[in-house]
Amino acid sequence: MLLPSGYELYTVGDNAITISFGNTISVETNQIVIAVFHTVQQRKILGVRDIIPAYSSVTVCYDILRIREKYPSAEQFIRKELEKILSHDIQVQEEKTALINIPVCYDISLGVDLHEMAEIKQIPVEEIIRIHSSTTYRVFMTGFLPGFPYMGMVDEKIAMPRKTEPRTKVAAGSVGIADRQTGIYPLESPGGWNIIGQTPVQLFDAEKTNPVLLQAGNLVRFTPISIETFYHLKKKK
Amino acid sequence: MSILIVKQGIADSIQDTGRFGYQHTGINPTGAMDTIAIQLANILVGNDPTAAVIELHFPASVFLFKQQACLAIAGADFGAMINDIPIATHTPVIIQKNCVLQFTKPIKGARAYLAVKGGFTLEHWLNSYSTHLKAGAGGYKGRYLQKNDELSLQEHHCFSSVLKDTDAEQANWKIETRDFYTNDKVIKVIQGKELSLLTEEAIQLFTASSFQITSKSDRMGYRMKGPAIAVPAQPMLSTGITKGTIQILADGQLIILMADHQTTGGYPRIAHVISADIPTLAQLTANDSITFKWVTQQEAEDAYVEQEQHLQQLQNACILRLQEYFTTYGIH
Repeated sequence: MLLPSGYELYTVGDNAITISFGNTISVETNQIVIAVFHTVQQRKILGVRDIIPAYSSVTVCYDILRIREKYPSAEQFIRKELEKILSHDIQVQEEKTALINIPVCYDISLGVDLHEMAEIKQIPVEEIIRIHSSTTYRVFMTGFLPGFPYMGMVDEKIAMPRKTEPRTKVAAGSVGIADRQTGIYPLESPGGWNIIGQTPVQLFDAEKTNPVLLQAGNLVRFTPISIETFYHLKKKK
Repeated sequence: MSILIVKQGIADSIQDTGRFGYQHTGINPTGAMDTIAIQLANILVGNDPTAAVIELHFPASVFLFKQQACLAIAGADFGAMINDIPIATHTPVIIQKNCVLQFTKPIKGARAYLAVKGGFTLEHWLNSYSTHLKAGAGGYKGRYLQKNDELSLQEHHCFSSVLKDTDAEQANWKIETRDFYTNDKVIKVIQGKELSLLTEEAIQLFTASSFQITSKSDRMGYRMKGPAIAVPAQPMLSTGITKGTIQILADGQLIILMADHQTTGGYPRIAHVISADIPTLAQLTANDSITFKWVTQQEAEDAYVEQEQHLQQLQNACILRLQEYFTTYGIH
């Protein structure tokens, strides 16, 4: 796939440059983001130490000192390297990742905002669950917490803005909705998303070589499970 | 042998110079808040500048050294004492075994760094020793140090020839740190992407006003209090952010992102603190006021490179001094 003609480079402090592809959430743009992320990663540019893909941007963080040992301006060096990459066609790979299945228990005791959502949206709880679990979601980016996936797109019918008063404590594994995004809290944390269920699957495990389960570009589907199965699977860990 | 925490501090953790290469998974770099002081503490005892140290906030932990050791404290001055002997910052100190290190009063600065010659025995997590408090990983058990925690030291030296009858012997030289910090609390910044959304008046307000660090400030970020800066409501997608990023919140107040900041954010970024001024910011506390001064990208880079060169000179000087010192006492 060809790169869209419009991209913009801007600095994010004295040690990072962002490549921006606009300000919209779309699968096409995000596919380019992921492709650029992989290309920059493979290029092993001098001094680059982090590459952060987001919905429609890639931020490249670099070590000023390593680059300045060889070049008069770290910013100019990185800018030129990125422009070089972006002047060629970026190959967008067909999503090779297998569909990742995440079991979710939508029991009212875990999906603590289901009742309120049903009332506001005038949709029965069962219907919210059916809609949420019948879509394949794309992980657009991770952020907020280690391994927190921002997934979309949630069906308009069950889209809900963030809570005005965030909870001080959301349980690890909680599945939430914020606007047309759905996410999973990998760790216990304060949070403002509408909680509709919980997964027994561990999304973050510090002991593993790759501690996070989901990464940008992954495809995810939720399978409803009973509360018995939930506690059974949780105990097994 | 080891050091034992006999009293818990308010927020003391193991940190190195940060964990890089994992931000795409939402794992932020963390690391020492004062990026200079950690290196100074290390070079004063002959360690690699990036080795793991203990970052201390006041009131700080109390430590019992179960073995003789060579240590150094850099950054903030919290009135350190070895038993009843006051010890200076920014100088190597040799201490007797079974001595207590405690911190008596916050004299200057916000964060002190304790380095021990040879370093601590810790496990790497994702190529770094920094404590990741949110993930509960890295450093010492992924959390703040607590009472009865015991940190093993990598090296064991006999310093008896230095100590003779005293519990603590300080070197007769110290590092001058003045050049690493700006005294007038003027923090240098470069332009942020969303500065262009602001009116001329709003930019003027940012440049001409002073902003106070509030008590709602921690390793994640500093919440500032100052005149509200109007920023037009414009939907913004989350995107990568960095340490030093200055965002405007909905109420017009500023937040400056520090070492434990998230990897992405969606508030307008009007400016970024330059890397060379992060140490100054890290040593300021609640109620301190700062002003901002614009510099160019090149000036920011040059200031950082200059800092590094200065550090390198100090490191070389320390290596020679330590060698001299230890040779005099027959320590290898």
